Formats: sequence, C-alpha cells, structure tokens
Amino acid sequence: MAYTIVAENCTSCAACEAECPNVAISAKDFAFVINPKKCTECIGYFDDPQCVAVCPIDATCIIDTVYPRYQARA
Amino acid sequence: MQGVAQQPVVQLTVLQPSSETMQKIAGHKGCATQGGSGKASCGSGAGQGDLAPEIWEKIKNHPCYSEEAHHHYARMHVAVAPACNIQCNYCNRKYDCANESRPGVVSEKLTPEQAAKKVLAVASTIPQMTVLGIAGPGDPLANPAKTFKTFELIAKTAPDIKLCLSTNGLMLPDRVDTIKNFNVDHVTITINMTDPEIGAKIYPWVYYKHKRYTGVEGAKILSERQLQGLEMLTERGILCKVNSVMIPGVNDKHLVEVNRAVKSRGAFLHNIMPLISAPEHGTVFGLTGQRGPSAQELKALQDGCEGEMNMMRHCRQCRADAVGLLGEDRSAEFTTDKIMDREVDYDLETRKAYQEKVEEERQAKVAAKQAELETLAGERSDIKVLVAVATKGSGRINEHFGHAKEFQVYELSTAGAKFVGHRRVDLYCQGGYGEEDSLDTVIRAINDCAAVLVAKIGGCPKETLRKAGIEPVDKYALEFIEQSAIAYFREYVEKVKTGEIQHVEPGDAAIRQGALVAA
Repeated sequence: MAYTIVAENCTSCAACEAECPNVAISAKDFAFVINPKKCTECIGYFDDPQCVAVCPIDATCIIDTVYPRYQARA
Repeated sequence: MQGVAQQPVVQLTVLQPSSETMQKIAGHKGCATQGGSGKASCGSGAGQGDLAPEIWEKIKNHPCYSEEAHHHYARMHVAVAPACNIQCNYCNRKYDCANESRPGVVSEKLTPEQAAKKVLAVASTIPQMTVLGIAGPGDPLANPAKTFKTFELIAKTAPDIKLCLSTNGLMLPDRVDTIKNFNVDHVTITINMTDPEIGAKIYPWVYYKHKRYTGVEGAKILSERQLQGLEMLTERGILCKVNSVMIPGVNDKHLVEVNRAVKSRGAFLHNIMPLISAPEHGTVFGLTGQRGPSAQELKALQDGCEGEMNMMRHCRQCRADAVGLLGEDRSAEFTTDKIMDREVDYDLETRKAYQEKVEEERQAKVAAKQAELETLAGERSDIKVLVAVATKGSGRINEHFGHAKEFQVYELSTAGAKFVGHRRVDLYCQGGYGEEDSLDTVIRAINDCAAVLVAKIGGCPKETLRKAGIEPVDKYALEFIEQSAIAYFREYVEKVKTGEIQHVEPGDAAIRQGALVAA
C-alpha cells in the first residue's frame, strides 16, 4: 500500500517533499503527488508516515486503498 | 547547502555589534519617554531613543525596526519558503487571496533564482528599498535550502541590501551558524508564549525530528527551541526582534512574562501585534469566534511592557510577498511574468544619492521637533491626548483625509509627541464593511483620538468628525508631524486652561479585522 495526496486539499507547500525518506514525492501542476511504487509508508524509517506528520491540512495525505499494504508487498 | 554556507559572500557595510553591545541591549532597562536633550521618544519611536549607537546604526534604515525609517525606506519579502513545521491557530495555509493583506498570505511562490531577479528589479525601480526579508509564507528555516540559496544570490548581486528573516524558531538553534555566515543581521522570532499550557491553546502541533507533537508536549518543545535560538543569536551579535500575537483571553496577560523572558535573553525590540481573526479567513481562531484586541487593549499591553524594553508599534502585519514602504504594497508591479524578461541595471550610485537626501530630510525633521519641544519647557499638565495623522510618508502631514488608507496615532503630553500606533481604514472586501459608509469606519478606527491632523479635508466629513468628538485640523498641512502635533498640544492645553474646551477621556477604537482590498 502507499500514501496518496488529495489534490484539492494540497497547498503545494512542498513540506512533504523534503521529508519523504523514499524521495517518492514530487510537484505536479497544482498539487504534489506520491509515487506509489516508491512509497513504503515510511516503514523501516520512521514510526509515523512523514508526509502525514508534516502536512498542514488534515486528511490530505491518506492511505491509497488501491494498493496492498506495504508489508504484504515486501 | 553546507558548502554554500562557508563562503563569505555577503559584504554589508553595517556594523557588527560586539558582545559588549549585546550586553547593552540585554541590560537595557526602561526607556526615557521624556523629550529633550536630543533624544526622541521610546522604542521604535521617532529616532534613536536610548538605544546603543551601534544598534541604532544597524536599524536606523530598517523600516521594520525603526518607525522613523519606515517613512523613507522600503522593504520587500520574497515568498521562497512555503513549507512550515508548526501549525498555528491564527494561520490558514489553504488561504491565498490576492486582495488579502496579513502574514502568511502570498499570491505566487518563487524559486530562489526568481526571487533574486525580483529583488534586483525592485531595488533598481525603488531606490529606497534597503531590506530583503524572507518570512514565509511558511517558515524560512523549514525551507533552509531555498532560504539560504536566495540570500546567497542576492548577496552577490545587491551587496548593499540588508538580509533578514522571520521564523517561528523551531529550527533556529540548528541554523544560527548558517545565519551568521550569511551576515543576516536581523532575525525576528514569533514567540507567543513561554508557558506550554498556554502554547497548547495556540499551537495544535509541531513537527520536530520526524515526529508530530501535539498539545503541551509540542508547545514545550517549541518554547524551549525559541528561547535557546534567541540566546544563540544574542551570543553571536545578531540583532533579534520578537513578535507576539496578542490573543485576548489566551495569552494577553501572559505576554508580560514573555516580554521579560525575551528581554533577559537579549531581544532588542518587542512587537506585540493584534490577532487578526475573522471567520472568512478560515483559521481556527476565526472559526471559533476568538476576537482580536481593541486598540486601547493593545496599547495598554504595549505601554505595560514598555518599562521593560523597547516596544515596536508600527508593524503593518504585511504579507509574505509585500513590496514597498510599510503600509503600501507594490507587489503587483513585480509579478514573475513582469520581471523575468526585464533588463535590470543595478545602480548603486543612484541608491546612495537617494539615501543621502533622506538623511538631510531626517535631520531637518529632528531639528524642527526639538525647536517645538522647547516651547513646551516648563509647561506642567497631566493631560495626555491621542491624535490621528494622515500621512503619505516622509514624516509630514501630507495626506488628504478622504484618501488616507491609514492614520498614524501619536500620544501627546508635556513630554512631547510619541508614536503609539497606526489604524488602518482602507476599503474592505466581502465580509468586511464594504457596504458601509467609509466615514463610519474611520471614526470607529480613531474614536480614541481628540483630533485628526490632515493636509486637507472636505466640509462634510469635518462636520461629522466634530459631532463624533474628533477635531479635524488642517492648518499644519505639509508640515512635519511631530513638530505640528506638539504645537497642537500646546494650543489644546491653553484652551483647556482658559475653559474654551473641556478635556474628556476618549472612548476605545476598533482594529481592522476584515480583508484588505489591495492598494
């Protein structure tokens, strides 16, 4: 599984981009996006997903249920 | 980033204060509000006050630190730092309105390269632009690479421009040495509390060392880092101003303690600002109906802290991309699409010539005030009155009443004229007072003043003002503000003595809360 950014909530502040240990986040048009292939939900790096922890808008960095949990993939 | 920080790229001509200077700041107690002997009123007032000469030399041309300088010198903010590492209940990161003027709001974000180009374009168009600040819209030190790259580029191409930054302080201890290496000589820290219990009501969370801390725990980390950062700046001789947002019922009484805490750690100036809060801003405080202070509540707190240290009263709480003199915003002239193709010729000589002319004008103003002040010598009276002044700048009464976007407020007594604040009366967009008669808005804003000194005023508003107990005075048109205010006061006291007028305690006044229609 991976995190995803709700585009209409994103303010493009770029806070998440610098914190992502997987360099999975980049700017796209009017919002930032998370590359699901790179996202590990921060497992193995930090206790909390960093994009969620630093994002100024609640419910903007959320689990993308399209993908299986990260552990399941490992 | 590390490599960049090592290069001595900045050559500012301002003096670096010694540690002795900083001790003088730290040891500075109270301030002489008495006029005479060449000293101006207190704090960020009309002149040097009782600041150490080395500090005055550093701040005298800085519009955000010297009330007197803001008449002559302009500043600009570049919005290169969008990310933030804390959440404040008076801030809404989703809000971005071109017509809005308050901290944290910008119209476009810039890359460091765009920012450097913009600074050159502005500095070559506005010779009085002497200060470049990075104030967000997030926190400069939550965006260290972008912030310091911008400083590096500007220091190379415009070495006479002073660099400063405004931070929440969370990452300050880690960055103090980089700040020092870039010769950033002015730092502002926003400190709203030193008690984490109070902090928990202002800050929902802080993001620190890869973890989000909420409530008291988060506020405690923030407070400790802020005070540590302040001490480290002081040790290195970097001038530090502290901003505090006055939130009635939350930290208003506590700010007296904050004032003591920051003074003892070497902050040279304290700027207590009113909370800006309205539901349409979408902030937590706006939505919960938390009110801001009235003009008199703010003044009482500032006056209460003044015995402790220098207070700043001319802050315009400007946008994170503001350009121009305080109280004006020319950012729309310098949008990215307008400046990127522009050929810029950075003319140091023209800038110098302008600044020399300003110095002459300033000296004339001080001399005029001194002469007028002497006429008050020997006068004994307990009367204190506030007057509002319509000015476009240069320290003169040179604005038409109906054109004024703000009024400056002076407190007059036998000690002289002391600048105590300003009141914005500009037009408001939706949710504000747009439908109302603007004269009512003006009267509400200066309701605590006995008179309003203007360059010109129509017959109709004159009558309405008089009925509201505010005397319109146009006989000092184009004269220096303080000189005229003192002359007005002398006449006022005379009239009270002869019984021609009665001195009455004024009412309170409102501080603008609505959204500003961009100038």
